[in-house]
Amino acid sequence: MLTYALRRFLGALPTLFIIVTLAFFMMRAAPGGPFDQQRKLPPEIEHNIKAAYNLDKPLVAQYGIYLGRLVKGDLGPSFKNKDFTVAQLIGIGLPVSVKLGLSAITLAVFLGILLGVWAALRQNHWQDYSVMALAMAGITIPTFVTAPILALIFGIYGVHIFGQEFYLPVGGWNGGAVRNMILPVTVLALPQIAIVARLTRGSMIEVMHSNYIRTAKAKGLSGAMIVWRHALRAALLPLVSYLGPAAAGILTGSLIVEQIFGVPGIGRYFIQAALNRDYTLVMGVVICYAALIIALNFLADILYGLLDPRVRLS
Amino acid sequence: MSALGESRKAQTLERAFAGRSLWADARARLLRNRAAVASMVALAVIALMALLAPFLSRYAYDAVDYDLVTCAPNWWPMDAACAAGGSHWFGTDAVGRDLFVRVLYGARVSLAVGVIATLVSLVIGVLYGATAGYLGGRVDAAMMRIVDILYSLPFIFFVIILMVMFDRNFILLFVAIGAVVWLTMARIVRGQTLSAREKEYIEAARAAGVSPFGIIVRHIIPNVVGPVVVYVTLTVPDVILTESFLSFLGLGIQEPLTSWGVLISDGANTMESAPWLLIFPALFMAVTLFCFNFIGDGLRDALDPKDY
Repeated sequence: MLTYALRRFLGALPTLFIIVTLAFFMMRAAPGGPFDQQRKLPPEIEHNIKAAYNLDKPLVAQYGIYLGRLVKGDLGPSFKNKDFTVAQLIGIGLPVSVKLGLSAITLAVFLGILLGVWAALRQNHWQDYSVMALAMAGITIPTFVTAPILALIFGIYGVHIFGQEFYLPVGGWNGGAVRNMILPVTVLALPQIAIVARLTRGSMIEVMHSNYIRTAKAKGLSGAMIVWRHALRAALLPLVSYLGPAAAGILTGSLIVEQIFGVPGIGRYFIQAALNRDYTLVMGVVICYAALIIALNFLADILYGLLDPRVRLS
Repeated sequence: MSALGESRKAQTLERAFAGRSLWADARARLLRNRAAVASMVALAVIALMALLAPFLSRYAYDAVDYDLVTCAPNWWPMDAACAAGGSHWFGTDAVGRDLFVRVLYGARVSLAVGVIATLVSLVIGVLYGATAGYLGGRVDAAMMRIVDILYSLPFIFFVIILMVMFDRNFILLFVAIGAVVWLTMARIVRGQTLSAREKEYIEAARAAGVSPFGIIVRHIIPNVVGPVVVYVTLTVPDVILTESFLSFLGLGIQEPLTSWGVLISDGANTMESAPWLLIFPALFMAVTLFCFNFIGDGLRDALDPKDY
């Protein structure tokens, strides 16, 4: 187990290296630079600025310098956010993004499994059809449509429950207060709930038709017992391998959700940074996200091994 | 009884079994699936409308009319200035362009992106996956390791960097998205190839001296088509969503051309005062995505011999 973990960790290093290299050279191939402005700087000042950030050296030399610093854990200064290093910016934004993403994934997994199992046990009844129709809607309606609609309903019109009006804030983070998190987390989780529900339903139906479930039924076990003790464990396996792609989906979604709801996470930095040619910040965010995805894929494999006794990690 | 009677019996037998190939079965099953058939019809209608867009409306997609700014659809109760302004079935946008024709032109772009990017991913993914699966061994291990590495790239970031880099080039949008989605295709095809490769007809082809490339193209690929077709129909909506995502971030199609993503993101900004600008493009896009998903599900059920 430990050797497996170590091997996976070593295997992740070349992946990260390729990601860093690709991102570095792609970013540099883009026309323009971080210090291009409307009014041109005097040449000697521009030269000094570029020299200060090593931008006057050949590209390969810059790449070498960047790699050398990266190995020591230095992501460099941000070119556009003056007085901040990239590490500081990520340090501010990452906890927010992670809190948002983890809440969304947790919600998606619990609600998705619940709906999927329910639909599978009532296959071809109205419960099944309505869950699947909802899931289809969740997959097909993009995040940037659900976000403004939910914001309009819950933020501006308000919801009337028991004669009282409820409003939810449609923007801002407020230090991660629950009220502020409800809308962004819901919007982020909706497509994932839909996918998890579909996956669970599919594998649950397959498992419920297998021989060992028939045996359990023949032995006279109760329905709940069969589902809980025998079916669920096998049915959830395909879901575990979906964790990696789900994480990627959540990250992608968070780019939009953070923008719409004004959440101060790192997704918001990325697009601004890419447009401003803030090379170091773009690299920092890409590395950060790539490491997250790799870590989650690894976690999924470990979980798979724990859940499925047939899989031996070696 | 003579040999004649025997041969007639054989003929009747042959006729009884004729025309029941896997594909005929699958087609029959697909046509029995009402949701899938309705989706195919709806999709055909939308595609036709997109193709014939210039003939369906008397407005040009980029014709600006400052007298009719943000008008509601003409069958909606509206103010006098708009009422005099002709027949905008879906209303007009913030600079007075006809929304109906813009939604159809958006359909052109979105459908084109969906289909072309999927084709790109199909060609790359099928060739790559079939080659890896057929050659096997170390080549397979190396090729699939590359796919694994690419899988853990945060792809949307690379697409964004690409779009920034090449200044929202239209063609590049297709290629960039297509290059992102071929990975799953390659994995599916490889898995199918691994099992097809052990079949007797491949051995026969090899014994007859067919080259590896010939075997892959003529014998492997046609036999792994089923799951690929299913995945293709599910990739198209995925690609359309990705395009709309990029457009929402302002990195997609540029004015005055438009796509559903652009229209929806514009509409979302004005949804309180002019809801039709969101409703119509969102409706078209949602229906299209629904259709592709239903067809994909229908195909999967039709091609899957296991029937619960």
